[in-house]
Amino acid sequence: MMSLAAFLGGVLLNFLRYLGETVLLAYETLLAICMGHVRPKLVIRQICEIGFGSQLVVLVTGAFTGAVFTAQTFFQFSNLNMESAVGPVVSVSMCRELGPVLVGLMVAGRVGAAMSAELGTMKVTQQIDALRALAVHPIDYLVVPRTIAMLVSVPLLIAECIFIGIAAGYYMAVRVLGVSGVYYIANMYRFTHGSDIFMAMSKGLVFGIIIVFISCREGLNAKDGAVGVGQATTEAVVISSLSILIANFFLTLALNMIFPAGQ
Amino acid sequence: MTKHPLIEVQNLAQKIGTQEILRGIDLPIYAGETLVLLGKSGGGKSVFLRHLIGLMKPIHGKILFENQDITQLSERQLESVRRKIGMLFQDGALFDSLNVFDNVAFPLREHGDRNEQDIRNRVYESLSLVNMSGHESKMPVNLSGGMRKRVALARAIISPPSVILYDEPTAGLDPIVSDSINRLIRRLQKQLQVTSVVVTHDMVSANHVGDRVALLNHGKIHFWGSLQELASSTDPVVRNFVEGRSDENNDVE
Repeated sequence: MMSLAAFLGGVLLNFLRYLGETVLLAYETLLAICMGHVRPKLVIRQICEIGFGSQLVVLVTGAFTGAVFTAQTFFQFSNLNMESAVGPVVSVSMCRELGPVLVGLMVAGRVGAAMSAELGTMKVTQQIDALRALAVHPIDYLVVPRTIAMLVSVPLLIAECIFIGIAAGYYMAVRVLGVSGVYYIANMYRFTHGSDIFMAMSKGLVFGIIIVFISCREGLNAKDGAVGVGQATTEAVVISSLSILIANFFLTLALNMIFPAGQ
Repeated sequence: MTKHPLIEVQNLAQKIGTQEILRGIDLPIYAGETLVLLGKSGGGKSVFLRHLIGLMKPIHGKILFENQDITQLSERQLESVRRKIGMLFQDGALFDSLNVFDNVAFPLREHGDRNEQDIRNRVYESLSLVNMSGHESKMPVNLSGGMRKRVALARAIISPPSVILYDEPTAGLDPIVSDSINRLIRRLQKQLQVTSVVVTHDMVSANHVGDRVALLNHGKIHFWGSLQELASSTDPVVRNFVEGRSDENNDVE
Protein backbone atom coordinates (compact mmCIF):
# COMPACT_ATOMS: atom_id res chain seq x y z
CA MET A 1 0.00 0.00 0.00
CA MET A 2 2.80 2.38 0.96
CA SER A 3 4.75 1.58 -2.19
CA LEU A 4 1.65 2.27 -4.29
CA ALA A 5 1.17 5.60 -2.53
CA ALA A 6 4.84 6.41 -3.04
CA PHE A 7 4.59 5.51 -6.73
CA LEU A 8 1.48 7.63 -7.27
CA GLY A 9 3.03 10.45 -5.29
CA GLY A 10 6.13 10.26 -7.45
CA VAL A 11 4.06 10.35 -10.63
CA LEU A 12 2.13 13.37 -9.39
CA LEU A 13 5.31 15.21 -8.37
CA ASN A 14 6.94 14.48 -11.73
CA PHE A 15 3.82 15.72 -13.53
CA LEU A 16 3.72 18.92 -11.49
CA ARG A 17 7.44 19.53 -12.03
CA TYR A 18 7.08 18.97 -15.77
CA LEU A 19 4.06 21.27 -15.93
CA GLY A 20 5.87 23.91 -13.90
CA GLU A 21 8.98 23.85 -16.09
CA THR A 22 6.90 24.08 -19.26
CA VAL A 23 4.77 26.94 -17.93
CA LEU A 24 7.94 28.74 -16.78
CA LEU A 25 9.42 28.37 -20.26
CA ALA A 26 6.20 29.76 -21.73
CA TYR A 27 6.27 32.69 -19.30
CA GLU A 28 9.91 33.56 -20.10
CA THR A 29 9.17 33.32 -23.81
CA LEU A 30 6.16 35.61 -23.54
CA LEU A 31 8.22 38.05 -21.51
CA ALA A 32 10.96 38.02 -24.14
CA ILE A 33 8.43 38.71 -26.90
CA CYS A 34 6.91 41.58 -24.92
CA MET A 35 10.42 42.98 -24.34
CA GLY A 36 10.93 42.99 -28.10
CA HIS A 37 13.58 40.27 -28.24
CA VAL A 38 12.38 39.09 -31.63
CA ARG A 39 14.65 38.21 -34.57
CA PRO A 40 12.52 38.63 -37.72
CA LYS A 41 14.89 36.63 -39.96
CA LEU A 42 14.75 33.65 -37.64
CA VAL A 43 10.95 33.89 -37.41
CA ILE A 44 10.65 33.88 -41.18
CA ARG A 45 13.03 30.94 -41.45
CA GLN A 46 10.96 28.99 -38.93
CA ILE A 47 7.72 29.86 -40.72
CA CYS A 48 9.24 28.45 -43.90
CA GLU A 49 10.33 25.27 -42.14
CA ILE A 50 7.09 24.77 -40.23
CA GLY A 51 4.52 26.11 -42.66
CA PHE A 52 6.06 25.50 -46.04
CA GLY A 53 7.71 22.29 -44.97
CA SER A 54 4.44 20.79 -43.71
CA GLN A 55 2.54 21.29 -46.97
CA LEU A 56 2.71 17.69 -48.18
CA VAL A 57 1.70 16.32 -44.79
CA VAL A 58 -1.27 18.69 -44.49
CA LEU A 59 -2.44 18.20 -48.06
CA VAL A 60 -2.40 14.42 -47.84
CA THR A 61 -3.96 14.43 -44.36
CA GLY A 62 -6.71 16.85 -45.35
CA ALA A 63 -7.50 15.22 -48.69
CA PHE A 64 -7.72 11.64 -47.53
CA THR A 65 -9.44 12.49 -44.25
CA GLY A 66 -12.06 14.54 -46.07
CA ALA A 67 -12.60 11.85 -48.68
CA VAL A 68 -12.88 8.92 -46.28
CA PHE A 69 -15.09 10.80 -43.83
CA THR A 70 -17.37 11.77 -46.69
CA ALA A 71 -17.56 8.18 -47.84
CA GLN A 72 -18.34 6.86 -44.37
CA THR A 73 -20.95 9.56 -43.77
CA PHE A 74 -22.57 8.83 -47.12
CA PHE A 75 -22.69 5.08 -46.42
CA GLN A 76 -24.55 5.67 -43.17
CA PHE A 77 -26.78 8.54 -44.32
CA SER A 78 -27.83 6.90 -47.57
CA ASN A 79 -29.71 4.27 -45.52
CA LEU A 80 -31.80 7.12 -44.14
CA ASN A 81 -32.11 8.97 -47.47
CA MET A 82 -30.16 11.86 -46.01
CA GLU A 83 -27.39 12.10 -48.60
CA SER A 84 -27.87 15.84 -48.86
CA ALA A 85 -26.72 16.19 -45.25
CA VAL A 86 -23.27 14.78 -46.07
CA GLY A 87 -21.87 18.19 -47.08
CA PRO A 88 -22.55 20.09 -43.85
CA VAL A 89 -21.60 17.13 -41.67
CA VAL A 90 -18.23 16.90 -43.37
CA SER A 91 -17.54 20.63 -43.35
CA VAL A 92 -18.57 21.17 -39.73
CA SER A 93 -16.62 18.10 -38.61
CA MET A 94 -13.55 19.20 -40.55
CA CYS A 95 -13.73 22.67 -39.01
CA ARG A 96 -14.49 21.73 -35.43
CA GLU A 97 -12.54 18.49 -34.95
CA LEU A 98 -10.83 16.65 -37.77
CA GLY A 99 -8.87 19.54 -39.23
CA PRO A 100 -7.42 20.92 -36.00
CA VAL A 101 -6.73 17.58 -34.31
CA LEU A 102 -5.18 15.82 -37.28
CA VAL A 103 -3.04 18.81 -38.22
CA GLY A 104 -2.03 19.14 -34.58
CA LEU A 105 -0.95 15.51 -34.42
CA MET A 106 0.87 15.67 -37.75
CA VAL A 107 2.69 18.87 -36.81
CA ALA A 108 3.57 17.42 -33.40
CA GLY A 109 5.13 14.45 -35.13
CA ARG A 110 6.95 16.34 -37.82
CA VAL A 111 7.78 19.73 -36.35
CA GLY A 112 7.82 18.82 -32.66
CA ALA A 113 10.26 16.00 -33.27
CA ALA A 114 12.53 18.23 -35.36
CA MET A 115 12.49 21.00 -32.73
CA SER A 116 13.29 18.73 -29.82
CA ALA A 117 15.97 16.89 -31.79
CA GLU A 118 17.65 20.10 -32.92
CA LEU A 119 17.60 21.73 -29.51
CA GLY A 120 18.56 18.48 -27.81
CA THR A 121 21.56 18.05 -30.07
CA MET A 122 22.59 21.63 -29.40
CA LYS A 123 22.26 20.97 -25.67
CA VAL A 124 24.41 17.83 -25.58
CA THR A 125 27.11 19.36 -27.81
CA GLN A 126 27.36 22.49 -25.59
CA GLN A 127 26.03 24.79 -28.30
CA ILE A 128 23.40 26.11 -25.85
CA ASP A 129 26.20 26.89 -23.39
CA ALA A 130 28.11 28.57 -26.20
CA LEU A 131 25.07 30.77 -26.88
CA ARG A 132 24.91 31.75 -23.22
CA ALA A 133 28.67 32.37 -23.11
CA LEU A 134 28.31 34.69 -26.12
CA ALA A 135 25.69 36.69 -24.17
CA VAL A 136 22.79 35.47 -26.31
CA HIS A 137 19.78 34.24 -24.33
CA PRO A 138 18.76 30.77 -25.62
CA ILE A 139 15.08 31.60 -25.25
CA ASP A 140 15.45 34.74 -27.38
CA TYR A 141 17.40 32.94 -30.09
CA LEU A 142 15.77 29.50 -30.14
CA VAL A 143 12.33 29.52 -28.53
CA VAL A 144 10.87 32.93 -29.45
CA PRO A 145 11.20 32.48 -33.25
CA ARG A 146 9.69 28.98 -33.07
CA THR A 147 6.81 30.19 -30.89
CA ILE A 148 5.87 33.05 -33.19
CA ALA A 149 6.24 30.81 -36.23
CA MET A 150 3.96 28.17 -34.72
CA LEU A 151 1.31 30.75 -33.79
CA VAL A 152 1.33 31.98 -37.40
CA SER A 153 1.69 28.64 -39.17
CA VAL A 154 -0.54 26.16 -37.34
CA PRO A 155 -3.84 28.06 -37.80
CA LEU A 156 -2.99 28.56 -41.48
CA LEU A 157 -2.17 24.89 -41.89
CA ILE A 158 -5.47 23.98 -40.26
CA ALA A 159 -7.32 26.32 -42.61
CA GLU A 160 -5.55 24.69 -45.54
CA CYS A 161 -6.38 21.21 -44.27
CA ILE A 162 -10.05 22.10 -43.85
CA PHE A 163 -10.21 23.57 -47.35
CA ILE A 164 -8.55 20.56 -48.95
CA GLY A 165 -10.66 18.19 -46.86
CA ILE A 166 -13.90 19.83 -47.91
CA ALA A 167 -12.76 19.91 -51.54
CA ALA A 168 -11.82 16.24 -51.44
CA GLY A 169 -15.11 15.49 -49.74
CA TYR A 170 -17.02 17.33 -52.47
CA TYR A 171 -15.20 15.36 -55.15
CA MET A 172 -15.88 12.09 -53.35
CA ALA A 173 -19.54 12.86 -52.71
CA VAL A 174 -20.47 14.41 -56.02
CA ARG A 175 -18.18 12.75 -58.57
CA VAL A 176 -17.83 9.31 -57.04
CA LEU A 177 -20.90 8.69 -54.89
CA GLY A 178 -23.42 10.63 -56.95
CA VAL A 179 -24.65 13.15 -54.39
CA SER A 180 -26.24 16.24 -55.87
CA GLY A 181 -23.59 18.92 -56.10
CA VAL A 182 -26.10 21.75 -55.73
CA TYR A 183 -27.58 20.36 -52.51
CA TYR A 184 -24.10 19.50 -51.22
CA ILE A 185 -22.83 23.08 -51.55
CA ALA A 186 -26.08 24.78 -50.52
CA ASN A 187 -26.44 22.75 -47.31
CA MET A 188 -22.75 23.12 -46.56
CA TYR A 189 -23.05 26.93 -46.67
CA ARG A 190 -26.31 26.85 -44.72
CA PHE A 191 -25.00 24.83 -41.76
CA THR A 192 -21.34 25.92 -41.57
CA HIS A 193 -20.83 29.14 -39.64
CA GLY A 194 -18.08 31.57 -38.75
CA SER A 195 -18.06 30.10 -35.27
CA ASP A 196 -16.87 26.79 -36.71
CA ILE A 197 -13.92 28.55 -38.35
CA PHE A 198 -13.26 30.42 -35.09
CA MET A 199 -13.16 27.13 -33.20
CA ALA A 200 -10.68 25.71 -35.69
CA MET A 201 -8.39 28.72 -35.42
CA SER A 202 -8.63 28.81 -31.62
CA LYS A 203 -7.67 25.18 -31.40
CA GLY A 204 -4.84 25.85 -33.83
CA LEU A 205 -3.35 28.50 -31.56
CA VAL A 206 -3.62 26.29 -28.48
CA PHE A 207 -2.18 23.23 -30.22
CA GLY A 208 0.68 25.30 -31.63
CA ILE A 209 1.53 26.55 -28.14
CA ILE A 210 1.39 23.02 -26.73
CA ILE A 211 3.71 21.62 -29.42
CA VAL A 212 6.32 24.37 -29.30
CA PHE A 213 6.72 24.57 -25.53
CA ILE A 214 6.71 20.84 -24.88
CA SER A 215 9.17 20.21 -27.75
CA CYS A 216 11.48 23.06 -26.73
CA ARG A 217 11.34 22.02 -23.10
CA GLU A 218 12.32 18.47 -23.99
CA GLY A 219 15.14 19.61 -26.25
CA LEU A 220 16.57 22.13 -23.81
CA ASN A 221 16.62 19.49 -21.05
CA ALA A 222 18.15 16.66 -23.10
CA LYS A 223 21.05 14.83 -21.48
CA ASP A 224 23.34 11.88 -22.03
CA GLY A 225 24.24 12.25 -25.69
CA ALA A 226 22.47 10.47 -28.54
CA VAL A 227 20.32 8.34 -26.24
CA GLY A 228 19.11 11.43 -24.41
CA VAL A 229 18.29 13.25 -27.63
CA GLY A 230 16.33 10.24 -28.86
CA GLN A 231 14.40 10.06 -25.60
CA ALA A 232 13.70 13.79 -25.70
CA THR A 233 12.39 13.54 -29.26
CA THR A 234 10.15 10.58 -28.47
CA GLU A 235 8.76 12.23 -25.34
CA ALA A 236 8.17 15.49 -27.17
CA VAL A 237 6.02 13.76 -29.77
CA VAL A 238 4.16 11.51 -27.35
CA ILE A 239 3.48 14.17 -24.71
CA SER A 240 2.53 16.77 -27.33
CA SER A 241 0.14 14.35 -29.02
CA LEU A 242 -1.51 13.26 -25.78
CA SER A 243 -1.76 16.85 -24.60
CA ILE A 244 -3.42 17.84 -27.87
CA LEU A 245 -6.01 15.10 -27.51
CA ILE A 246 -6.75 16.01 -23.90
CA ALA A 247 -6.78 19.75 -24.57
CA ASN A 248 -9.06 19.20 -27.56
CA PHE A 249 -11.63 17.54 -25.33
CA PHE A 250 -11.78 20.43 -22.90
CA LEU A 251 -11.58 23.05 -25.64
CA THR A 252 -14.48 21.41 -27.47
CA LEU A 253 -16.62 21.47 -24.36
CA ALA A 254 -15.75 25.08 -23.60
CA LEU A 255 -16.12 26.36 -27.16
CA ASN A 256 -19.40 24.52 -27.61
CA MET A 257 -20.78 26.35 -24.62
CA ILE A 258 -19.83 29.64 -26.27
CA PHE A 259 -20.74 28.55 -29.80
CA PRO A 260 -23.29 25.74 -29.63
CA ALA A 261 -23.40 23.55 -32.74
CA GLY A 262 -26.05 24.49 -35.24
CA GLN A 263 -26.40 28.11 -34.10
CA MET B 1 50.25 42.95 -12.33
CA THR B 2 47.79 44.86 -10.19
CA LYS B 3 47.41 43.87 -6.54
CA HIS B 4 43.63 43.71 -6.60
CA PRO B 5 42.42 40.65 -8.48
CA LEU B 6 40.29 41.05 -11.60
CA ILE B 7 38.41 37.90 -10.62
CA GLU B 8 38.21 36.68 -7.05
CA VAL B 9 36.76 33.30 -6.18
CA GLN B 10 35.71 32.99 -2.54
CA ASN B 11 34.78 29.71 -0.87
CA LEU B 12 33.20 28.28 -4.04
CA ALA B 13 31.36 25.00 -3.56
CA GLN B 14 29.40 22.79 -5.94
CA LYS B 15 27.75 19.37 -5.87
CA ILE B 16 26.61 17.20 -8.74
CA GLY B 17 24.02 14.84 -7.39
CA THR B 18 25.38 13.86 -4.00
CA GLN B 19 29.02 14.17 -5.02
CA GLU B 20 30.91 17.23 -3.82
CA ILE B 21 32.91 18.48 -6.78
CA LEU B 22 34.17 21.79 -5.44
CA ARG B 23 34.67 22.08 -1.68
CA GLY B 24 35.36 25.71 -0.94
CA ILE B 25 37.76 27.15 -3.51
CA ASP B 26 39.53 30.43 -2.87
CA LEU B 27 41.48 31.75 -5.84
CA PRO B 28 42.45 35.22 -7.01
CA ILE B 29 43.04 35.84 -10.72
CA TYR B 30 44.96 38.97 -11.62
CA ALA B 31 44.56 41.10 -14.69
CA GLY B 32 46.95 40.29 -17.53
CA GLU B 33 48.13 36.92 -16.22
CA THR B 34 47.63 33.44 -17.60
CA LEU B 35 46.53 31.16 -14.79
CA VAL B 36 46.68 27.44 -15.47
CA LEU B 37 44.34 25.25 -13.43
CA LEU B 38 45.69 21.73 -13.25
CA GLY B 39 44.02 18.66 -11.91
CA LYS B 40 43.08 15.08 -12.57
CA SER B 41 40.51 14.26 -15.24
CA GLY B 42 37.05 14.46 -13.69
CA GLY B 43 38.36 16.53 -10.81
CA GLY B 44 36.07 19.52 -11.32
CA LYS B 45 38.28 21.82 -13.39
CA SER B 46 35.71 22.36 -16.15
CA VAL B 47 32.96 22.73 -13.55
CA PHE B 48 35.04 25.49 -11.92
CA LEU B 49 35.57 27.19 -15.27
CA ARG B 50 31.85 27.19 -16.03
CA HIS B 51 31.24 29.09 -12.80
CA LEU B 52 33.55 31.90 -13.91
CA ILE B 53 31.22 32.76 -16.81
CA GLY B 54 28.03 32.08 -14.88
CA LEU B 55 27.05 28.87 -16.69
CA MET B 56 26.62 27.25 -13.28
CA LYS B 57 25.52 28.68 -9.95
CA PRO B 58 27.40 27.46 -6.87
CA ILE B 59 25.68 26.03 -3.84
CA HIS B 60 27.62 28.59 -1.84
CA GLY B 61 30.50 31.01 -2.35
CA LYS B 62 31.13 34.09 -4.40
CA ILE B 63 32.81 35.03 -7.64
CA LEU B 64 33.74 38.70 -7.81
CA PHE B 65 34.36 39.97 -11.33
CA GLU B 66 35.43 43.63 -11.30
CA ASN B 67 34.11 43.73 -7.72
CA GLN B 68 30.65 42.48 -8.72
CA ASP B 69 29.38 39.17 -7.38
CA ILE B 70 28.28 37.39 -10.54
CA THR B 71 26.74 34.45 -8.66
CA GLN B 72 23.82 36.69 -7.73
CA LEU B 73 23.08 37.86 -11.26
CA SER B 74 20.20 36.58 -13.39
CA GLU B 75 20.74 35.16 -16.87
CA ARG B 76 19.88 38.54 -18.43
CA GLN B 77 22.06 40.48 -16.01
CA LEU B 78 24.99 38.18 -16.83
CA GLU B 79 24.92 39.25 -20.50
CA SER B 80 26.91 42.41 -19.84
CA VAL B 81 29.53 40.38 -17.92
CA ARG B 82 29.73 37.70 -20.60
CA ARG B 83 30.51 40.29 -23.27
CA LYS B 84 33.80 40.82 -21.46
CA ILE B 85 34.63 37.14 -21.23
CA GLY B 86 35.37 34.76 -24.08
CA MET B 87 35.25 30.99 -23.61
CA LEU B 88 36.79 28.20 -25.64
CA PHE B 89 34.84 25.00 -25.01
CA GLN B 90 36.55 21.64 -25.06
CA ASP B 91 35.12 20.56 -28.42
CA GLY B 92 34.74 24.09 -29.73
CA ALA B 93 30.93 24.10 -29.50
CA LEU B 94 30.59 25.66 -32.96
CA PHE B 95 27.03 26.08 -34.24
CA ASP B 96 26.78 23.23 -36.71
CA SER B 97 24.09 24.90 -38.81
CA LEU B 98 26.41 27.84 -39.61
CA ASN B 99 29.62 27.87 -41.65
CA VAL B 100 32.95 29.13 -40.31
CA PHE B 101 32.33 32.73 -41.36
CA ASP B 102 28.86 32.90 -39.81
CA ASN B 103 30.07 31.22 -36.63
CA VAL B 104 32.79 33.82 -36.13
CA ALA B 105 30.49 36.68 -37.16
CA PHE B 106 27.76 35.46 -34.79
CA PRO B 107 28.66 37.61 -31.74
CA LEU B 108 28.96 40.74 -33.87
CA ARG B 109 25.59 40.26 -35.56
CA GLU B 110 23.83 39.31 -32.35
CA HIS B 111 25.18 42.36 -30.52
CA GLY B 112 23.90 44.82 -33.08
CA ASP B 113 26.56 45.24 -35.76
CA ARG B 114 24.68 45.65 -39.07
CA ASN B 115 27.59 46.81 -41.21
CA GLU B 116 28.41 43.72 -43.26
CA GLN B 117 31.69 45.21 -44.53
CA ASP B 118 32.84 45.84 -40.98
CA ILE B 119 31.77 42.34 -39.98
CA ARG B 120 33.64 40.85 -42.94
CA ASN B 121 36.83 42.73 -42.07
CA ARG B 122 36.73 41.70 -38.43
CA VAL B 123 35.98 38.07 -39.22
CA TYR B 124 38.90 37.87 -41.64
CA GLU B 125 41.15 39.51 -39.07
CA SER B 126 40.06 37.14 -36.34
CA LEU B 127 40.50 34.06 -38.54
CA SER B 128 43.91 35.33 -39.60
CA LEU B 129 44.92 35.64 -35.96
CA VAL B 130 44.19 31.93 -35.44
CA ASN B 131 45.66 30.87 -38.82
CA MET B 132 42.31 29.84 -40.26
CA SER B 133 42.09 32.16 -43.26
CA GLY B 134 40.61 30.57 -46.36
CA HIS B 135 38.22 28.25 -44.52
CA GLU B 136 35.32 30.70 -44.25
CA SER B 137 32.79 28.71 -46.26
CA LYS B 138 33.43 25.36 -44.60
CA MET B 139 30.93 23.79 -42.22
CA PRO B 140 32.11 22.70 -38.75
CA VAL B 141 31.53 19.03 -39.60
CA ASN B 142 34.18 19.32 -42.31
CA LEU B 143 36.86 20.64 -39.94
CA SER B 144 39.38 18.68 -37.91
CA GLY B 145 39.40 18.95 -34.11
CA GLY B 146 42.25 21.43 -34.10
CA MET B 147 40.59 23.54 -36.77
CA ARG B 148 37.33 23.60 -34.86
CA LYS B 149 39.13 24.86 -31.77
CA ARG B 150 40.84 27.58 -33.78
CA VAL B 151 37.54 28.75 -35.26
CA ALA B 152 35.93 28.63 -31.82
CA LEU B 153 38.78 30.74 -30.51
CA ALA B 154 38.33 33.23 -33.35
CA ARG B 155 34.67 33.48 -32.36
CA ALA B 156 35.54 33.97 -28.70
CA ILE B 157 37.96 36.84 -29.37
CA ILE B 158 36.20 38.73 -32.15
CA SER B 159 34.68 41.22 -29.72
CA PRO B 160 37.93 41.59 -27.83
CA PRO B 161 37.25 40.27 -24.34
CA SER B 162 39.23 41.16 -21.24
CA VAL B 163 39.24 37.52 -20.09
CA ILE B 164 39.50 34.29 -22.08
CA LEU B 165 38.65 30.93 -20.52
CA TYR B 166 40.11 27.80 -22.12
CA ASP B 167 38.59 24.42 -21.31
CA GLU B 168 41.18 21.73 -22.08
CA PRO B 169 42.40 23.50 -25.23
CA THR B 170 44.74 20.66 -26.26
CA ALA B 171 42.50 17.72 -25.37
CA GLY B 172 42.28 15.15 -28.15
CA LEU B 173 44.93 16.85 -30.30
CA ASP B 174 48.24 15.44 -31.46
CA PRO B 175 51.44 16.97 -30.02
CA ILE B 176 52.14 19.15 -33.05
CA VAL B 177 48.66 20.66 -33.17
CA SER B 178 48.73 21.00 -29.38
CA ASP B 179 51.94 22.99 -29.65
CA SER B 180 50.35 25.29 -32.23
CA ILE B 181 47.38 25.89 -29.90
CA ASN B 182 49.74 26.63 -27.01
CA ARG B 183 51.65 29.15 -29.15
CA LEU B 184 48.35 30.69 -30.20
CA ILE B 185 47.27 31.14 -26.58
CA ARG B 186 50.57 32.81 -25.77
CA ARG B 187 50.38 35.05 -28.84
CA LEU B 188 46.82 36.11 -28.06
CA GLN B 189 47.77 36.97 -24.52
CA LYS B 190 50.53 39.25 -25.74
CA GLN B 191 48.60 40.81 -28.62
CA LEU B 192 45.27 41.30 -26.88
CA GLN B 193 46.65 41.84 -23.36
CA VAL B 194 43.99 39.53 -21.96
CA THR B 195 43.68 37.68 -18.71
CA SER B 196 43.52 33.94 -19.38
CA VAL B 197 42.42 30.96 -17.34
CA VAL B 198 43.49 27.67 -18.89
CA VAL B 199 42.07 24.44 -17.52
CA THR B 200 44.17 21.46 -18.47
CA HIS B 201 45.79 18.27 -17.29
CA ASP B 202 48.50 18.64 -19.91
CA MET B 203 51.76 19.60 -18.19
CA VAL B 204 53.45 20.47 -21.48
CA SER B 205 50.69 22.97 -22.21
CA ALA B 206 50.85 24.33 -18.68
CA ASN B 207 54.58 24.95 -18.91
CA HIS B 208 54.18 26.62 -22.27
CA VAL B 209 51.35 29.05 -21.54
CA GLY B 210 51.16 29.60 -17.78
CA ASP B 211 52.32 32.50 -15.62
CA ARG B 212 50.89 30.98 -12.46
CA VAL B 213 49.55 27.56 -11.69
CA ALA B 214 46.88 26.22 -9.36
CA LEU B 215 46.40 22.51 -8.66
CA LEU B 216 42.88 21.30 -7.91
CA ASN B 217 42.80 18.27 -5.66
CA HIS B 218 39.81 16.77 -3.82
CA GLY B 219 37.76 19.83 -4.74
CA LYS B 220 40.18 22.31 -3.17
CA ILE B 221 43.18 24.32 -4.36
CA HIS B 222 46.10 22.23 -3.18
CA PHE B 223 48.84 24.36 -4.69
CA TRP B 224 48.97 27.93 -5.98
CA GLY B 225 52.10 29.62 -7.23
CA SER B 226 54.51 30.12 -10.11
CA LEU B 227 55.69 27.45 -12.53
CA GLN B 228 59.09 27.48 -10.83
CA GLU B 229 57.49 26.90 -7.44
CA LEU B 230 55.48 24.05 -8.92
CA ALA B 231 58.59 22.47 -10.42
CA SER B 232 60.55 22.74 -7.17
CA SER B 233 57.72 21.70 -4.83
CA THR B 234 58.39 18.62 -2.73
CA ASP B 235 54.72 18.08 -1.87
CA PRO B 236 53.97 14.44 -2.81
CA VAL B 237 50.58 15.29 -4.37
CA VAL B 238 52.18 17.94 -6.56
CA ARG B 239 55.10 15.69 -7.49
CA ASN B 240 52.82 12.81 -8.45
CA PHE B 241 50.79 15.04 -10.75
CA VAL B 242 53.76 16.84 -12.32
CA GLU B 243 55.63 13.58 -12.91
CA GLY B 244 52.53 11.70 -14.05
CA ARG B 245 52.78 9.06 -11.36
CA SER B 246 49.78 7.23 -9.95
CA ASP B 247 50.25 6.17 -6.36
CA GLU B 248 47.67 4.33 -4.25
CA ASN B 249 48.74 6.13 -1.08
CA ASN B 250 48.78 9.62 -2.52
CA ASP B 251 46.26 9.57 -5.38
CA VAL B 252 45.19 12.95 -6.72
CA GLU B 253 41.36 12.71 -6.82
